[in-house]
Amino acid sequence: MSGADLDPHGDLHGDVSVDRLALTEELAGTAADGTTAVASPDAADYALRLGDDALVLAQQLGMWIARAPELEEDVALGNIALDLIGHARSLLHYAGTASGRSEDDLAYWRGEPEFRNAWLFEQPNGDFAHTIARQLAASAYLFELYSRLVDSSDPTLAAIAAKSVKEVDYHRDHATQWVLRLAGGTEESRRRMLLAIADTWPYVDELFVDDALVERLAATGVAVLPSSLRPAFDAVIDEVFAEAVLERPAGRTAFIASGGGREGRHTEHLGPLLAEMQVLARAHPGASW
Amino acid sequence: MTSPADLSVVDPELSVEEARFNDLIAADSRIEPRDWMPDAYRKTLIRQISQHANSEIIGMQPESNWITRAPSLKRKAILMAKVQDEAGHGLYLYSAAQTLGITREEMTDQLIAGKARYSSIFNYTTPTWADMGAIGWLVDGAAICNQVPLCRASYGPYGRAMVRICKEESFHQRQGFEILLELMQGTEAQREMAQDAVNRWYWPSLMMFGPPDDESPNSAQSMAWNIKRFSNDELRQRFVGMLVPQAEVMGVTLPDPNLRFNEETGEYDMSEIDWTEFHEVLAGRGPANAERLRRRREAHEDGAWVREAAHEYARKQSERALAAAGAVA
Repeated sequence: MSGADLDPHGDLHGDVSVDRLALTEELAGTAADGTTAVASPDAADYALRLGDDALVLAQQLGMWIARAPELEEDVALGNIALDLIGHARSLLHYAGTASGRSEDDLAYWRGEPEFRNAWLFEQPNGDFAHTIARQLAASAYLFELYSRLVDSSDPTLAAIAAKSVKEVDYHRDHATQWVLRLAGGTEESRRRMLLAIADTWPYVDELFVDDALVERLAATGVAVLPSSLRPAFDAVIDEVFAEAVLERPAGRTAFIASGGGREGRHTEHLGPLLAEMQVLARAHPGASW
Repeated sequence: MTSPADLSVVDPELSVEEARFNDLIAADSRIEPRDWMPDAYRKTLIRQISQHANSEIIGMQPESNWITRAPSLKRKAILMAKVQDEAGHGLYLYSAAQTLGITREEMTDQLIAGKARYSSIFNYTTPTWADMGAIGWLVDGAAICNQVPLCRASYGPYGRAMVRICKEESFHQRQGFEILLELMQGTEAQREMAQDAVNRWYWPSLMMFGPPDDESPNSAQSMAWNIKRFSNDELRQRFVGMLVPQAEVMGVTLPDPNLRFNEETGEYDMSEIDWTEFHEVLAGRGPANAERLRRRREAHEDGAWVREAAHEYARKQSERALAAAGAVA
């Protein structure tokens, strides 16, 4: 029985090819022949930080899919998570070039103390307002970071940043629109938004802490000093908060500002997140998927 | 609220319209939202399109179950994209149904209240990663066989939505095939996982085509209206014909010892389908019926305050815009 016999009008998809499919997406920062430059040990450590931020956030947003407040948000949060997975793959792939480890090796076979993400990214989804508050802080930070990293003296990082900046621009817009809606919507949504901002903001300072690694890399134009991004971040946030009639929580939180994530010290939330993410891969050492 | 019945008043004057409808169908042409159509045609489409949309939405659950645990970043990305596509399909289909005079709210409420149907296949559970492969290969494969002919369904908005959906479904089926192929080429444990998933999903996927032709009450009318193009049994045969060579490539066994091509009839002989199971799941007694509905209801209820906030914000914005316009004037 052929497709033509059944369907005289022409069948778009009757024949499904069984060819081996090339589903691997091109990783940003790789050359046309699929190779990536080998990262210096410092650049690899830096890429690991950025890659872990993206991976952990993508993992969190993936949990919203099929649970979002409306179908449009299932699509939007799924889109953002997909973009972030793309960033994570490119960054981890590059980080791995220094040690000969693959993106999956780094994602699935490192323990919690080896993860280098900042604490903001590992804070749980909470309600939709908490997710949006985390998204606003994360995307505003990532936008400033990638906007500057496009000029990195490291061509791979510059290429990854160039692709990512357009996407996080959209993520920032998505978060901004929801902050305005929730802050200016109903009494309940405003109450929840205020609480979410208050819960989230203590984790913002860590994003802008400089340390020896970024200072060495910034000196050669590879990395951007996190502290240098703060004024632009604050300006954007002030503008959003002014329109939403919200106040930026004042006061520094010393325990956060001292940083933890970049040295592999984490809050209680990362362990369970990694356990879930890694469970299947670790049950089958050496398997490919 | 406008019920579908209110939209087409039966009156002798309309016989001209009815003749035109019949001519369009006879010419295998499209019926568009503003065209006159018989009540029963409208109702059939609302039922079918909303069930289809609901299936896409409920169908997100068994797969989203594995997004957080996908075993590689590439697989995680593909799975997220797939589940996201399903939300998109639900949206196109709800829009197509809305052109027939039902609102998305009504359809959502019917789904959450357990009054609307969705494809029974999504009441099966996904205990292993290989289920992601089996759903793609078998469930999306069966869906494609069912849906490709719907691209030519006589109702324009439905047919056009289906063209877009089928393009994406075809990708979904191929990624499912690739997951299983990879597992079959992997370790012993991976091969067992793949075969087990195929064993569990094969028969339910054959049931997706519906009861045998002689027990399918709505089929004849739908075929006369050019909504349905091929019978349940024809499509089921076609699906099995597609699976057999693909199963051979992968090295999985289709769990039917009686499955063989019959040279005389030109069709596949197969074992009798266990329709008792089909009717049990349809009646709400499948492995996850209650859980699927509960999860959808929870997401809807948990999100109520967000939707209300968005609605209220939009209302205030338009009020401000009006006030500003008034101030200018």
